[in-house]
Amino acid sequence: MPWTRDDMTARAARELKDGFYVNLGIGIPTLVANHIPPGVEVTLQSENGMLGMGPYPFEGEEDPDLVNAGKMTISELDASSYFNSAESFAMIRGGHIDLSVLGAMQVAANGDLANWMVPGKMVKGMGGAMDLVAGVKRVIVVMEHSEKSGRSKLVRECTLPLTGKGVVDLLITDLGVFDIDRGRSAVRLVELAPGVTLDHIRAHTEADFVTDLA
Amino acid sequence: MATKIQSDAATALAGLLFDGMTVMAGGFGLCGIPENLILAIRESGVKDLTVVSNNCGVDGFGLGLLLENGQIRKMISSYVGENELFERLYIEGKLEVEFTPQGTLAERIRAGGAGIPAFFTRTGVGTVVAEGKETREFDGETFLMERALKADLSIVKAWKGDAAGNLIYRKTARNFNPMMATAGRVCVAEVEALVETGSLDKDMIHTPGVYVHRILKGPAYEKRIERLTTRPRSEKASA
Repeated sequence: MPWTRDDMTARAARELKDGFYVNLGIGIPTLVANHIPPGVEVTLQSENGMLGMGPYPFEGEEDPDLVNAGKMTISELDASSYFNSAESFAMIRGGHIDLSVLGAMQVAANGDLANWMVPGKMVKGMGGAMDLVAGVKRVIVVMEHSEKSGRSKLVRECTLPLTGKGVVDLLITDLGVFDIDRGRSAVRLVELAPGVTLDHIRAHTEADFVTDLA
Repeated sequence: MATKIQSDAATALAGLLFDGMTVMAGGFGLCGIPENLILAIRESGVKDLTVVSNNCGVDGFGLGLLLENGQIRKMISSYVGENELFERLYIEGKLEVEFTPQGTLAERIRAGGAGIPAFFTRTGVGTVVAEGKETREFDGETFLMERALKADLSIVKAWKGDAAGNLIYRKTARNFNPMMATAGRVCVAEVEALVETGSLDKDMIHTPGVYVHRILKGPAYEKRIERLTTRPRSEKASA
């Protein structure tokens, strides 16, 4: 059975290491915060200007001046700090953030990522995603393996406008885990979701990959 | 020295607005936006604006009000996904948009206020953002040249301010406001509390008064929440 969103984000959370500074993209990646393994302490950065993001506030304690990058109300922790947007992206661009988890529309075998627009159809903007992939040490993408139409989102070459070139380290889909390694070597399938066969994943993947299952 | 304190938002903008001008507006989503100054710009009817702001409000609030009123010709933003009217106008070609990565946007504004005409960044290399821009190699890596941004007017929102124009922001409502305060030819700040000069902790001031030309206390703040997310109180005992 393919992984659910919760399973995918739990798998992403296993990439977290104690002491990491982490930025979680808006949407599905936000769920990674629910699966931080016991014994692992990470500091969440929110690119709108906060380090040490806490959980959602208790009902009635929400503060309009305290939101995350997805504009959701959040809370602060004892160790939290606030700063302006230029400082926030100095942190990101300057390589001070260890890991970022992002969503995607397409990931290519060469590590390219597209996640900000569909020409003529959907335009939301790149937000901070281009800065994150340009500056964060390790980039993990969590996405559905296929579009609703069935078309593979792990592609030979991105057809959508890029967010970054050769920037994806690891890809987690509902079908399995792929080591992309920023396109420096061949894509390796390293894990299958339970019950998903190699034939099934081959049939649903446009990009070439080698199999390196443990 | 003439007073910087203004009685209301319309007075604070008197003589500063003209058609075709560039305005920077602080805020991230609806958090930390200068709501009263935006309303006053709507009332003024000034048009053909180029607006520099990370987002464009939502339908019916914040900068969304200026969009509805047909006052904006061009936006320089990083993310506009919360605004249906925006998406429609853009796709129909009725609104010009310069999409700028959020960190590049922040730095372009910071540079504009700091007298730096351009800078090099890795962000956007190999994407449409790089089209038509100069690239250069430093230490074997390719970087993109981005130009600074300045505006005829910047409007910002702070938590507390004083007659000298010193500002303190609150939590994540700070966001783009401090850089924008530095990059407007004129900066008008609205605050929730206009306090006695000398009462702000001088070590804690985020925007020193030199950047702020006019200041007013907003009569009211809706501070609308875009996405209310909470956890139930029952968790409190176990947390």
